[in-house]
Amino acid sequence: MAAATAMRFGQLSSGSDMAPDWTTKEVSTGTTIMAVEYDGGVVIGADSRTTTGAYIANRVTDKLTPIHDRIFCCRSGSAADTQAIADVVTYQLGFHSIELDEAPLVQTAANLFKASCYRYREELMAGIIVAGWDKRRGGQVYTVPVGGMLVRQPVSVGGSGSTYIYGYMDSNYKPNMTKDQCLRLVSGALSLAMERDGSSGGVVRLAAISETGVDRQVILGNQLPKWSTIYLTIYPTVCLKDWRSTLLSKGLEIYPTVCLKDWRYTLLSV
Amino acid sequence: MSSIGTGYDLSASTFSPDGRVFQVEYAMKAVENSSTAIGIRCKDGVVFGVEKLILSKLYEQGSNKRIFNVDRHVGMAVAGLLADARSLSEVAREEASNFRSNYGHNIPLKYLSERVAMYVHAYTLYSAVRPFGCSFILGSYDQDDGPQLYMVDPSGISFGYWGCAIGKAKQAAKTEIEKLQMKDMTCRELVKEVAKIIYIVHDEVKDKAFELELSWVGEVTNGKHELVPKDIRVEAEKYAKVCTTTTSLLHGISVTWVQNNSTFKMGKKKQTLNISLLSMVK
Repeated sequence: MAAATAMRFGQLSSGSDMAPDWTTKEVSTGTTIMAVEYDGGVVIGADSRTTTGAYIANRVTDKLTPIHDRIFCCRSGSAADTQAIADVVTYQLGFHSIELDEAPLVQTAANLFKASCYRYREELMAGIIVAGWDKRRGGQVYTVPVGGMLVRQPVSVGGSGSTYIYGYMDSNYKPNMTKDQCLRLVSGALSLAMERDGSSGGVVRLAAISETGVDRQVILGNQLPKWSTIYLTIYPTVCLKDWRSTLLSKGLEIYPTVCLKDWRYTLLSV
Repeated sequence: MSSIGTGYDLSASTFSPDGRVFQVEYAMKAVENSSTAIGIRCKDGVVFGVEKLILSKLYEQGSNKRIFNVDRHVGMAVAGLLADARSLSEVAREEASNFRSNYGHNIPLKYLSERVAMYVHAYTLYSAVRPFGCSFILGSYDQDDGPQLYMVDPSGISFGYWGCAIGKAKQAAKTEIEKLQMKDMTCRELVKEVAKIIYIVHDEVKDKAFELELSWVGEVTNGKHELVPKDIRVEAEKYAKVCTTTTSLLHGISVTWVQNNSTFKMGKKKQTLNISLLSMVK
């Protein structure tokens, strides 16, 4: 702090290592966000870290922003830009919904996001996932990445941490999953990304949107699914008879093709 | 029905002492001078029929159309001053197009008719402009909302209908429409009935030649508003011509029956005669 004040009378060059990074950096929701469709609604999730450079400005951010009763958006990129766009779209969609005298379509919300993101693409840095439920087409996920493209996808990830979980998503997403499977998929993927991406972390915020309403959850740090191999130890006191229930209680799935003889090696590689 | 609004009818920005805006009422009279247009909504689509009077033999066939395409899934049939109607169809087209551009999906017909009605209403507020001298019927078919039918009149209000008629013979047409069970009919059946109604309300004495303009939108056209294909139109006109001659024949027969047998129940026999003759014709 003293060093920073001293620097004010000198020159504040960006290459200087006297001033902390975050005095010159923009506030970013370098992030991991994700949304999955299921039959009857969508599940969305996000981490909760907002950074200014290396400083975590907010470690309990809510990046799942309501746009309408059954439509949410997941924000990534510049915090200010995404908040401003979300406010504009909330206003436009609210007006449109009143004029129409019925609940707005998710597609309409997505198009409004696209219109703003594309028109001001040079000035903005915003990657947004629009997800929700409407009575015409049920649960839908639309992604509006940087630049202002619009495309509907059954499952979509975004933000800086998304790069680490494309493989996980590709191998674990299956069409026609149930709501609980989706919740497990999203929380699992997000915790993996938060483990590896420095700009993502904190808690996992989840929301399940369906015809009946929006069901929000928070998964705190110590409750996150654990993936590191450190946590996977073999206790000699495990009774061989109960090996199936032991595996299941650790959250591992059992494949009937496991040969009983090599059960130690199989556990390690699973 | 006709009343003089001396002094209070010079501009649309003046009310009369009994609370009427005469200019708007005069605009509605302009609509009543034009030939009839009807629109009927059935369970899987909407059918329009317009009695287009041919004022000169020199006109090219199909000119001066009175049914417009407002959007792929929306059609508009008009009655009244055709020039006013054309400019309103442009307004409707722009509204539908802007909606799709802003919100990414087809405009719902209720919203479109309210927007165009709002525009028409704006012209009834000022003395610098005159109200539009046309009424029009909007019809659409959508996967989610199904068939929809709305009518807008010069005063700028719009209502949803199952069947409506505008123009000089609208009362007679409305009576005929009320006889139909349109909620249970399909578009193909309805096309014939619409043609029949136009032929019934057409006044042979006052207006000689006319061309029947038919269009539809519904499941049968995959949600696209278009003119009814020539072969279906020809078949519908044939049915209509037969029905109108049959009805006039029957009317003649039943009248003579009553004259001969005063105790005879005219209504019942007319019905059975109707059925047997029509079944022969079909």
